[in-house]
Amino acid sequence: MSAISASEKVDGFTRKSMRKAQKQRKSQGSSQYRTQSAPVELSPLPQLKDAPSTEQQELFTQKLQQCCMLFDFLDSVMDLKSKEIKRATLNELVDYVSTNRGVLVESTYPEITNMICTNIFRTLPPSDNPDFDPEEDEPTLEASWPHVQLVYEFLLRFLENPDFQPSIAKRHIDQKFVLQLLELFDSEDPRERDFLKTILHRIYGKFLGLRAFIRKQINNIFLRFIYETEHFNGVAELLEILGSIINGFALPLKAEHKQFLMKVLIPLHTAKGLALFHAQLAYCVVQFLEKDPTLTEPVIRGLLKFWPRTCSQKEVMFLGEIEEILDVIEPTQFKKIQEPLFKQISKCVANPHFQVAERALYFWNNEYILSLIEENIDKVLPIMFGSLYRISKEHWNPTIVALVYNVLKTLMEMNCTLFDELTSSYKAERQREKKKEQERDELWKKLDELRLSNAALVQNNSHGLLGVQNNNNNNNNSSTNGDNQDKSAEAAAVTPANQDPDVGAATGESSPCAK
Amino acid sequence: MAGADGDDSLYPIAVLIDELRNEDVQLRLNSIKKLSTIALALGVERTRTELLPFLTDTIYDEDEVLLALAEQLGNFTMLVGGPEYVHCLLPPLESLATVEETVVRDKAVESLRKISQEHSPVDLEVHFEPLVKRLASGDWFTSRTSACGLFSVCYPRVSSTVKAEIRQHFRTLCSDDTPMVRRAAASKLGEFAKVLELDYVKSDIISLFTALASDEQDSVRLLAVEACVSIATLLPQEDLESLVMPTLRQAAEDKSWRVRYMVADKFSELQKAVGPEITKNDLVPAFQNLLKDCEAEVRAAAANKVKEFCENLPEENREQIIMTHILPCVKELVSDTNQHVKSALASVIMGLSTILGKDNTIEHLLPLFLAQLKDECPEVRLNIISNLDCVNEVIGIRQLSQSLLPAIVELAEDAKWRVRLAIIEYMPLLAGQLGVEFFDEKLNTLCMAWLIDHVYAIREAATCNLMKLVEKFGAEWAQNTIVPKVLGMANDPNYLHRMTTLFCINALSEACGQDITTKQMLPVVLKMSNDQVANVRFNVAKSLQKIGPVLDSNALQTEVKPVLEKLATDTDMDVKYFAQEAISEMLFVVSS
Repeated sequence: MSAISASEKVDGFTRKSMRKAQKQRKSQGSSQYRTQSAPVELSPLPQLKDAPSTEQQELFTQKLQQCCMLFDFLDSVMDLKSKEIKRATLNELVDYVSTNRGVLVESTYPEITNMICTNIFRTLPPSDNPDFDPEEDEPTLEASWPHVQLVYEFLLRFLENPDFQPSIAKRHIDQKFVLQLLELFDSEDPRERDFLKTILHRIYGKFLGLRAFIRKQINNIFLRFIYETEHFNGVAELLEILGSIINGFALPLKAEHKQFLMKVLIPLHTAKGLALFHAQLAYCVVQFLEKDPTLTEPVIRGLLKFWPRTCSQKEVMFLGEIEEILDVIEPTQFKKIQEPLFKQISKCVANPHFQVAERALYFWNNEYILSLIEENIDKVLPIMFGSLYRISKEHWNPTIVALVYNVLKTLMEMNCTLFDELTSSYKAERQREKKKEQERDELWKKLDELRLSNAALVQNNSHGLLGVQNNNNNNNNSSTNGDNQDKSAEAAAVTPANQDPDVGAATGESSPCAK
Repeated sequence: MAGADGDDSLYPIAVLIDELRNEDVQLRLNSIKKLSTIALALGVERTRTELLPFLTDTIYDEDEVLLALAEQLGNFTMLVGGPEYVHCLLPPLESLATVEETVVRDKAVESLRKISQEHSPVDLEVHFEPLVKRLASGDWFTSRTSACGLFSVCYPRVSSTVKAEIRQHFRTLCSDDTPMVRRAAASKLGEFAKVLELDYVKSDIISLFTALASDEQDSVRLLAVEACVSIATLLPQEDLESLVMPTLRQAAEDKSWRVRYMVADKFSELQKAVGPEITKNDLVPAFQNLLKDCEAEVRAAAANKVKEFCENLPEENREQIIMTHILPCVKELVSDTNQHVKSALASVIMGLSTILGKDNTIEHLLPLFLAQLKDECPEVRLNIISNLDCVNEVIGIRQLSQSLLPAIVELAEDAKWRVRLAIIEYMPLLAGQLGVEFFDEKLNTLCMAWLIDHVYAIREAATCNLMKLVEKFGAEWAQNTIVPKVLGMANDPNYLHRMTTLFCINALSEACGQDITTKQMLPVVLKMSNDQVANVRFNVAKSLQKIGPVLDSNALQTEVKPVLEKLATDTDMDVKYFAQEAISEMLFVVSS
C-alpha cells in the first residue's frame, strides 16, 4: 500500500513535492572525530562582570578553556547541563569582547584562537544525501549549531574589537588557519557559510600579509570545483567576497588578476550548478570589465566558447550576463566583438525554447545596446537578418513572433536600403546555403570512398603508406594537368567565404596546412 | 590505379583541412575524426612537415575537438613514418597536455604514454624526456599535473643521470604549492615506485609518501593510501614496520573521514600487501575501529570488506581472530542506525558461514541472519536472500525457512516495485533450494499474485519466473498447479490480465511441451481471438506465431490458420498487421 493517495497524483505519478515532503525530516549532521575523550561535566564559573578587575583576565582565560570542551549534539539528551553551561559561557564571552575595552591583551590571543580552532575546525560530515541538489533539497544543518554559532559570533566580535591587533594575531591567524576556514565554506548549512563569509572578509581586510594567499587558495578551490569534484557549497559566498576584492584592485591590473579572470572565473561558467552563483559570478566579471575595458574581447570570446548547448536555463543566464557586459561596454570594444557575438545572439533569437529567444530579443529594449547596434548596423544587420526573417514566419510562440516583428521594424528604420537588399537576396542566399550543404555531403561521400580504397591499399600492400606517398608525388608533379586544375577550381568554389588561397594551392602544389 | 588514386586523394584533403577551420564545431569534429585519412593520403613526409605543424598551431579550439585530436594522435606512429619519426607527434600532444579541460589533458597524457613506448631509448632522452621536464616546470598547474603521469613510462629506459633528474622532478611536484598537482603526484606515486630501483624506493619514495600522507588537504592524504598498497608490496617484509606502518596507522585514524574511508575501501589490498604478521598485530585492531567508526560512510566501506578480510586472515588463528575480534563488531553492525551500513553488511555476512563452519554458523551467525531478515529496510532483507546459496552449502536452508517465509512475503508485497522485482528474480533459486512441497504450500500463491500486479515490469518478470519454475519442476507440475490458474485469467474482466494469460502461454508453451500446449492452451488462445479489445486480438496473433513451432502441423492447418486468416481481415490495422506477419511466418513453419 502506498502512503500517497490517488488524488495527490498527477497522471498517476506522484508529485515531486509530495515525495520530498514524505522523506523530509530535519536532517542534521556533525563530525567531530575522537578529538577528545568523553566530555567531563562542566561546572559553572563565576560571572565575569562580578569578578574584581584583577581577576577578570584569569577568569576570561578559564572560560575560554572551558569552552574547548566539545559535545555530541546528535544525541540531544546527553550532557544537557554541561551543554547549557557552555552555551551561557559563550554568550558571556561574546558580550565581554564586544562591550569591554582593554580586554584583548597579548596573552589572551593564543587562548582565544585555540578555543575557536577547537570548536569550528572539523572535517565536514559526509552529505546525508549523496545527490544533494542545492536548489531542491533541504540542506543538512550543523547539529552543534547552538554552540558553533556563538563561537563564530565570538570570532567576529574579536576581529571587530577596536583593540584587536593584527600584528599580534597574525601569529595565530595564519595561513593554516585561513586554509581550514576556507574548507568550511563547503558546509551545507547556509547559516554557517554566511558567518564564514563575513569573517573571511574581515580577515582579508585586516591581514594584508594573507591577502595573496587567500586569493590563491580561493583560486584552488574553484579550480578543484570546476575540473575535479564539481561540488562545493560555498562558491556563491566566496564569489561575493571576491566581488568586493576585485572592486578594490589597483590599476593597471596585475597579470595574476587577469589570469584569475580568464582561467578561473570564465571556466566557472561551465559548472552544472551555475544557477546557484551566477549573479555573484556575473558581478565579478562586470567588475573586472569596468576596471579594464580591454578585457572585454577575451571575456566575451571566453563566454562564447563555453556557451551552453543543451541547457536552456543556463543559456538565459549567459544572455543576462552578456547584457550586463554590454551595458558597460565601450563602443571601440563593441566593434571588436560584434561579429562573433551577434552570430551567437542570432542563434539564440532563433532558439525554439521561447525563454531563450525572448531573453535575446529583450536586448532590443535596451537603449544603450540599441545605440551600439545602430552605429554598427551594416555589420549587425546582415548577421541577424536571416534568423529574424525566418522565425518571423516559423516560430511556434506568438509572443516571440510579435517581438521579432518589432525588432525587424527597429532594424529596418536604422538602415532601410540595406534591409531591402537583404530581403530581396534572402531566397538566393538560402539556396546558396542549401547548395553548399549538398556539396559538402558529396565531398564526405567521396572521402568515405577514398578511405575505403586506402584501407584496401594498406591491406593489399605492405608498403601502403609509401604507395600513397608516391601517388601524391605523382600528383604534385603533374599539376599542369587540366583535369587536376578543374578540381582545384571546384574545391575553391565550395568554400567561397574562405579568402585563403591555400585551398587552391593544396590541390595544386604545396602546403595545405600553411596558415 | 596509382594515377586515379593520386588525383582523388588530394582533392578532398584540401576541403578537409579547410573544414578543420570551419565555423561549425560538428564539421571540425568530423574532420578531426578522419585525421588519419588525411594523413594517409598526404603521406608520411607531408604529414610530418605540414599537417602536424598546422595542428600544433590551431590548438585553441573547443574541448570536444581537442579530445578527438588527442586520441587520434596516439595512433599516429605509422602515419608519420614509424618509430623513427614518432617524436614528431610530441609538439601537438605537449600543447594538448597543458589545456584546462581534464578529459583532454588525460587523453593527451594517455596518448603520450602510448607513443613513449615507440620511442627508441635515444629518442626518449633526446625528445621525450625534455618534454616531460618542460611540462614538469610549466607555469600553470595543468602542465605540471600532466607531467606526473609521464615519469614512470620513461624512467626505466633512460640513463642513470637522466633518471636522477626525473626523480628530482617528481620530488618537486610532490611538494608543489597547488593541491591539484600534489594530488596528481600522489595518485602516480605507487606507479612511479614500481619502476624505481629498490634503494631509491627506500630513500626517495618513502619520504615523499610520508609527506603526502600528512598533507594539509585530506584530498591529497587519501591518495597516499592507494600508493601505500603498491609501496608495501615492493618492500621486503622486514622494512615494512619501520617504513610504512607508522603512516598507515596514522591514516587509519586520520581526522578526516575521507581518508579513513579510503583505508576501509582498500583494506583487503592493504592486508595482502603487508602480510599476515602485521595483519594480525595491526590491521585487526584497525579494522575493528573502522567497523566502529563514527561516520556511517566509513562503517559501510569496512562492512563491505568483512568477508574478504576474514577470508585472508592467516589460517592457523583465523577462527580465533574472527570469533574474538571481528564477530562482536559485526553483531553491533546488524543493528546499526544507518541502512547503508546494514545493507553493506548483509551483502557479505552470509559468506562468513563457509569460513566459520557449521557449528559456529548455527550458534553465532544464524541469529544475525534472522535479525537481518526482519530488518525494516528492504534492501537489507534482499541482500540476505540473494546470498542464501552460501548458507545453503553449510547448514542447509531449512534452518532459515521459518524466518525466510515472512520476509519473502513482505518483500513480495513491498510498495516499491523495484523491490518486488528483485525478489521475483530470486524465486527460481529459492524454489530450487526449498523444494517443491514447501513451494506449493507457501510460495505458489505469491507467484500467481504477481501476475496481476499493477506494474507491467512485475507482470513480465512474473511470467518469466513461471517459465523458470516449470523448467525446474517439470511439465506435470505445471499442468497441475500453474496452467489452470493462468488459463482461468483468460476470462478476467480486465484486458491487461487477459493479456497476461497470453504472455504466460508464450513463455510456458515450450517448457510444457506439445501435449499441454495443443490440448489446453491452444483452445483458450483461439477463443480469445474474438476478444473485443484489439490489443488482446493482436496479441493472439503474436501468441499463435510464438507457439506455432510447438504445435503439430494438423492443429496448425485446421485450427490456427483459419483464425489467423480471420484476424487478417480485422477492422483494426494493428491486428491485421500482426495476423499477416504470423501467417507469413507460419507458412514457413508448415512448409519446412
